[in-house]
Amino acid sequence: MEYVIEMLNIRKEFPGIVANDNITVQLKKGEIHALLGENGAGKSTLMNVLFGLYQPEAGEIRVKGEKVNITNPNIANDLGIGMVHQHFMLVEPFTVTQNIILGSEPKGAFGSINIKKAEKEIQEISDRYGLKVDPTAKISEISVGMQQRVEILKTLYRGAEVLIFDEPTAVLTPQEIHELMDIMRSLVREGKSIILITHKLKEIMEVCDRCTVIRKGQGIGTVEVKDSNPDELASLMVGREVNFKTEKKPANPKEVVLHIENLFVQDARKVDLVKGLNLDVRAGEIVGIAGVDGNGQSELIEAITGLTKSRSGKITLKEKNITNMSPRNVTKSGLGHIPQDRHKYGLVLDYPIGANMVLQTYYQKPYSKVSVLNYKEIYDKAKELIKEYDVRTPSEFTPARALSGGNQQKAIIGREIDRSPELLIAAQPTRGLDVGAIEFIHSKLIEERDKGRAVLLVSFELDEIMNVSDRIAVMFDGKIVANVKPEETNEQELGLLMAGSTINEAGDSSDVK
Amino acid sequence: MTSNNRLFGILVPIISVLLGLIVGAFIMVISGHNPIEGYIALWNGAFYDAFTIGETIRRITPLILTGLAIAFAFRTGLFNIGAEGQVIVGWLAAVWIGLVVDAPMIIHLPLAVLAGALAGGLWGFIPGLLKAKLGVHEVIVTIMMNYIAMFVSNEIVRSVLTDHNTSTEKIAATASLGSEWLQALTFYSRLHYGILIALFAAVVMWFIIDRTTVGYELKAVGFNRHASKYAGMNVSKNIILSMVISGAFAGLAGVMEGLGTYGNVSVISGFTNLGFDGIAVALLGANNPLGVILAAILFGVLKEGAGEMPSAGVPTELVDIIIAIIIFFVASSYIIRWALTRFKKEGK
Repeated sequence: MEYVIEMLNIRKEFPGIVANDNITVQLKKGEIHALLGENGAGKSTLMNVLFGLYQPEAGEIRVKGEKVNITNPNIANDLGIGMVHQHFMLVEPFTVTQNIILGSEPKGAFGSINIKKAEKEIQEISDRYGLKVDPTAKISEISVGMQQRVEILKTLYRGAEVLIFDEPTAVLTPQEIHELMDIMRSLVREGKSIILITHKLKEIMEVCDRCTVIRKGQGIGTVEVKDSNPDELASLMVGREVNFKTEKKPANPKEVVLHIENLFVQDARKVDLVKGLNLDVRAGEIVGIAGVDGNGQSELIEAITGLTKSRSGKITLKEKNITNMSPRNVTKSGLGHIPQDRHKYGLVLDYPIGANMVLQTYYQKPYSKVSVLNYKEIYDKAKELIKEYDVRTPSEFTPARALSGGNQQKAIIGREIDRSPELLIAAQPTRGLDVGAIEFIHSKLIEERDKGRAVLLVSFELDEIMNVSDRIAVMFDGKIVANVKPEETNEQELGLLMAGSTINEAGDSSDVK
Repeated sequence: MTSNNRLFGILVPIISVLLGLIVGAFIMVISGHNPIEGYIALWNGAFYDAFTIGETIRRITPLILTGLAIAFAFRTGLFNIGAEGQVIVGWLAAVWIGLVVDAPMIIHLPLAVLAGALAGGLWGFIPGLLKAKLGVHEVIVTIMMNYIAMFVSNEIVRSVLTDHNTSTEKIAATASLGSEWLQALTFYSRLHYGILIALFAAVVMWFIIDRTTVGYELKAVGFNRHASKYAGMNVSKNIILSMVISGAFAGLAGVMEGLGTYGNVSVISGFTNLGFDGIAVALLGANNPLGVILAAILFGVLKEGAGEMPSAGVPTELVDIIIAIIIFFVASSYIIRWALTRFKKEGK
């Protein structure tokens, strides 16, 4: 069997750590090859070696059987290797065509750009692989999924034979993910080869032929996907058995902790997005809010946490009125909040991870006295939380930016839970995380519930809602439209409720099925 | 890795300075001057005797303060181009108090110093407020505030403090930072106690930025407003406070000139450039209080020494060229870093 790309016994060191140790990946022509590993396992490092951004300390790379020395990305391009980055590199005000030809513009007379020729060429490529991209559309006017296809087109236009996809589904909706899978299949049908970097087992099972697993920088091995299953892949990736079904005792709900009455919240454009919402969350239960993104979930959380003012209505926390209180006072009243966007809200990325651990408590004793910070106390606390919540970081002085997403999230969760809040709001707490981290976070949420705290979980992942919640509140168009028990419902029914059907309609149609 | 970074942090400015001096020497050679004589004259201009040393320190003093002002704002994510205007209002306010108040020195002097700092703080408050509440970029507002400061100060000197004169009378001795002891020590240079205020201000900046909850908040807001709001900090208050503190440092630089060097305030036809030089000082000092002091010393020495260079036939403008080259190399420190890394690798 001929391999298009072989990376043999690759080793890459950084000061203090070995990011890749003896990893071998062999890519066959016309296959989709998954590169599976937890966050921080060394997948991206390995691909950056292939792409010429890093030089390996040991090992060799072969393209079509010939040994090559890839010292910069241009060489990788010339060898027909193209990368679809997780964060798109597109010029927003430019059209699709302008973006794609950037750097290799087809020249016309007197050095002008022959844009018509390029548009035609791009249209052809788009049609061949079923990308359905309009070459004349502006980047700023097309969806994220379309922007990703432009990135794919970019590599194809430059003659890529091997495409590397770096966590491509992280930014996509379920529908877009499905379409991307189709595109990948049509790419390999046309003779391209694909490396898919991911930690999502579902995607691997669905679309990949073979899968190479990396754990903590070590190459664990390559398996045929059709002979494997998600459980095996997960345990290979994490190095132990993984529980997909979250274990928990039945809930024991007590007094109402969070009470929301007829709440209205507007967005920046003064449009009501939460429209007369009522909700109770009791001590000792996890209430999951299910709903399609954009039905007012973010605004609801912002109103509870004090980040946005509500237009009318009432929010009480342990019978204390917290409506339109400042975030600090809400926090003091007993709220812990794992925010939806950990980079924007959860952390000051340029601060050491240790300093981030006291983001809400720095002004209190023992972290400071008469406004003078006590670094020893702060970093001792940080050390303790880092240990307890298994935050993998070189030290407590490392900038938060340098940590992987999962470890950043564990740090936030440690910080929020450590304050022993009466109410814990977890918004999309596992977005972009690998199975190991997801398992850890879910178990922490359940642990808090068992301690008698109220937990409000907001998630767009139905699996997560079904697995973790004791009660599911379905949110649609700014209101809670149904309260159901996870054991008495199914994804079908929830899906219909989330789309605005009433509980009777939803119940009927899912029964018929 | 961190020790490596720290080493680079020190090496880069030093190499920049050396490169600046070397390029300056080349320019002198090309323009037909003797660089050795030129630099000896520069050295003598700054360190020849007690008098020149005194004058050099006097020149360094306000540069430390404007450098701190810019560095403080930088550290909290703001770009205070308005140090120039804050210097002018600080100068005016300090002299005003120095002229009109009649009190013993123990009250009069602190009052005048404080007035200068407050005036500078007020001049920083306005752009801070506009930024925090309306999102107006502080660079634009502070540039405008510089002109307002200059023309308002000129008008007050002409119409309020004097009867259409171009400078006020000297301030009362009770408000002066001047020191007969220091003057006697330096053959009657204009050296004054202000240098102590400047050095103390550097300690204050370090303390606020690195040791207090105020600094923790200010830096957090500068790095990430959203996370700061989430954490319960008052974002608007912190933006305003940062500009006020920065302005107060710059105001103190004006105090140095008003109560120390000149003892009065005059109508000015152009900017003092203290505020603008402060940007370069902060940059060269890597926005670190100790670095700012060292950078201000370098700038003060070069500027003071330049006065002597014409005696070697070298135009003083050359010093401005050297300073510009030094800033250029610091700003493009990437090149030096790259060269250092390269050098290190090959040395292995």
